[in-house]
Amino acid sequence: MDFQGQSLANDEMEEPGGEARPRLIVIGNGMAGCRAVEELLERDARRYQVTIFGAEPHVNYNRIMLSPVLAGEKTFEQIVINDHAWYADNGIELVAGDPVVSIDRAAKTVTARSGRTARYDKLLIATGSDPFIIPVPGKDLPGVISFRDMKDVDTMLAAAAKGGEAVVIGGGLLGLEAAHGLSLRGMKVTVIHLMPTLMERQLDEAAGWLLKSELEARGQTILTGADTAEIVGETQVEGVRLKDGRLIPASLVVMAVGIRPSVALAREAGLAVGRGIHVDDHMVTSDANILAVGECVEHEGQVYGLVAPLWEMCRALADGLVEQPTGYRGSVTSTKLKVSGIDVFSAGDFSGSTCEAEDIVLRDASRGIYKRVVVSNDRIVGAVLYGDTADGNWYFDLLKKGEDISSIRDFLIFGQAFAQGGGQADPKAAVAALSDDAEICGCNGVSKGKVVATIQGGACTLDAVRASCKASASCGSCTGLVEQLLELTLGDEYAGERDVKTVCKCTSFGHDDVRREIVAQGMKSIPEVMQKMSWSTPDGCSSCRPALNYYLLCAWPGEYVDDQQSRFVNERMHANIQKDGTYSVVPRMWGGVTNPRELRAIADVVEKYNAPMVKVTGGQRLDIFGIKKEDLPAVWADLNAAGMVSGHAYGKSLRTVKTCVGSEWCRFGTQDSTGLGIQIERMTWGSWMPHKFKIAVSGCPRNCAEATIKDFGVVCVDSGYELHVGGNGGIKVRATDLLCKVSTEQQALDYCAAFIQLYREEARYLERTAPWIERIGLDYIKQRIVEDEVGREALTGRFLYSQSFSQEDPWAQRAAGAEREQHAHLGEFRPIEAIAAE
Amino acid sequence: MYVGDWIDVGPLAAIPVRGSRTVPVAGGDEVALFRTGDNQVFALVNRCPHKHGPLSQGIIHGHSVSCPLHNWRISLVTGEALGEDKGCTPTIPVKVDGGRVLLCRTSTLKAAA
Repeated sequence: MDFQGQSLANDEMEEPGGEARPRLIVIGNGMAGCRAVEELLERDARRYQVTIFGAEPHVNYNRIMLSPVLAGEKTFEQIVINDHAWYADNGIELVAGDPVVSIDRAAKTVTARSGRTARYDKLLIATGSDPFIIPVPGKDLPGVISFRDMKDVDTMLAAAAKGGEAVVIGGGLLGLEAAHGLSLRGMKVTVIHLMPTLMERQLDEAAGWLLKSELEARGQTILTGADTAEIVGETQVEGVRLKDGRLIPASLVVMAVGIRPSVALAREAGLAVGRGIHVDDHMVTSDANILAVGECVEHEGQVYGLVAPLWEMCRALADGLVEQPTGYRGSVTSTKLKVSGIDVFSAGDFSGSTCEAEDIVLRDASRGIYKRVVVSNDRIVGAVLYGDTADGNWYFDLLKKGEDISSIRDFLIFGQAFAQGGGQADPKAAVAALSDDAEICGCNGVSKGKVVATIQGGACTLDAVRASCKASASCGSCTGLVEQLLELTLGDEYAGERDVKTVCKCTSFGHDDVRREIVAQGMKSIPEVMQKMSWSTPDGCSSCRPALNYYLLCAWPGEYVDDQQSRFVNERMHANIQKDGTYSVVPRMWGGVTNPRELRAIADVVEKYNAPMVKVTGGQRLDIFGIKKEDLPAVWADLNAAGMVSGHAYGKSLRTVKTCVGSEWCRFGTQDSTGLGIQIERMTWGSWMPHKFKIAVSGCPRNCAEATIKDFGVVCVDSGYELHVGGNGGIKVRATDLLCKVSTEQQALDYCAAFIQLYREEARYLERTAPWIERIGLDYIKQRIVEDEVGREALTGRFLYSQSFSQEDPWAQRAAGAEREQHAHLGEFRPIEAIAAE
Repeated sequence: MYVGDWIDVGPLAAIPVRGSRTVPVAGGDEVALFRTGDNQVFALVNRCPHKHGPLSQGIIHGHSVSCPLHNWRISLVTGEALGEDKGCTPTIPVKVDGGRVLLCRTSTLKAAA
């Protein structure tokens, strides 16, 4: 995607008649510059010959989506607005990575850093803004950056890869998004904010406090009322010292204290400049041939640092350029914070500065919801929403239109559905009631009218709408609104889509459809499923084949023959592939208990095969690293000889049963947790699952075996066994839900088998128990396992039946010669022979 | 191309359908032979352009293979990475004659060197 100083279109593009079109030069390849050109092309594609100069070596991308890139939710490619093809198709010349450094108004030329000079008839300045760097000692140290462009994101990602501590100076929108991303990337983040509450320009004190608590709960340190004295470090940043003397260590400092319109170029060219470049209602500067748009301009004394005003400015600008002037009248702005899981919305004036402003406030502290609407003279002048922002667009629409709300004032705070529908919440009616110019997609500035027109023009799926008018194509927070518009516009013709997440691109069916049909139609092989369910590819892909193989295996135990070519490498090789192509081998240690014979056999294998490392795993067993695929069968034979079998550390299958020592040794133990763990492992080992599955048994509520972050956990108590389900200690930690309490070991075993079988039969492939339970709800699991006794016994029975086919040690089979070709080369290629043949 | 330019590396039957086998090359990179669902045979250097994963261990679908390390999709026909990814693995001419798999000698030596 990167390229430097490269032209994408012919330098001279003449009209067919030979007469050159007027030249429009755009300085700035960012969101404002490109949007202005898009608006212009929409009105009259052949009117100007366009050249765009950009300082960054990229095509046009969506700057406000840098936060999701930092957070790992998007890739750079996904935030590109216009790719190379767009420039080429529209005959636009892009000069990227070569910023304009001067404007000669008399000669009507611009000169770039490389010395390249170009003549213009109309010039558009869209230089945006520069991050404000607070003038403290140490501000120029390596490791001190701003958060403005892709280069900054790359720097942050490189720093985060090393771990350590980061300081973000500035608790505004940008700073908090940077802090969130760095925190997700594993850095320990401290946010330093000068003001007493976060995002004070958008949020009032109460919402700011809720936000601070939420971020602290996520592990960030938030220091408000904190003033930076200096950034310390010798050759590289080492920390930040506050004026009160505190020193916060950091290997990365992100300054996100604000932005300043980038006006240097315009000022040097002698244009009228205040805080920003002065423009009139048609975005024309003090020179009639020079226009300006975006964050670099000042209109009626206002400068804007948000994206929405830019769309309105670009419309006015393009109307002026094609001589059908409409005029820009200033913008009212709203804000959304792009931190996943935290919903914050703010619009208009909420500071109470307007006289006669009245507050309507709703608080629901336990749900973390705060809503405040500011009303003046029966009109909304501001709104702050925290926790539930669904009505943000509606309030904002009422605010922009200045509608009289006196008739709905009593219900206003409960939201649109309630205020207009008398209490019946119908989200579709709410969307239907939005006016045509209500904004649906804030990231790309798309109105309801435009989305509806796009749908009427033939875009009848979410993807089609995204491709045609970009609504919901960026951060995706308006996806629900767009789907409702599809429903409203197309009626019954709209098939819906989000419910059916297809298995992969090879099919239009979802996981649940495929599972149901496999059983209903008695389908017994992968080709049969692909044939009957109209797969679009000859033999699937690496996503659907392993899923189908599992579904068939689960549906027809003892009957279906496993397809090795549809197994991921680890399950095909019964070992874990490592980055250098060698494998690691983990023999099973029942309940984490071992003995001298097993330990000796492992030690012998490590020496005999020169394994460079042997490591204790988190699952209470030993992992032998660096085994070549050719050596695997021999290694397994040696381990088998000492009585050990495969630990399935490589599979979507039962991994380990972790135990503590329990009542046999521990002075706190209430039951024999080790013994129960071993029984559970003997019952469950070898079973294939939708994803990996971990179990633990703790002998008392001190929970040393960490049973409450396992897929199935048993916590022993004096009176019996608490059974816990759906825990996970991975990327997103989730504690288990308590399923029920039972009184005997046998019951614990039976319930465990039933739960596993329910998961095996109903979860989607590659879905861990934690997201599965969040999707279907704990109540459903309780109903199937606890309340429905007959059903539970049937599940247990089906699990044990299936296990009767799956408890043959795959290592023993391979060591005895099965699938030998997996571990041997086909032949050898000897160049000597080749030389002899010449 | 004369007969001596093709080297017999083994029987076709020894490569499972939608499977792969490897051929070590003395003094060079291993070659991976792939047999696709439509019974064609392809040969590539056994090394993903991304992080050098052994392509022979990937899942084979259509005329492509998904690398076992990070799931890059590599075209068996051109050796190019498919989709968003960029990179290329050398391909080697291969043919099947009388149930035997034959690798092109000069190309193997060149690609594997």
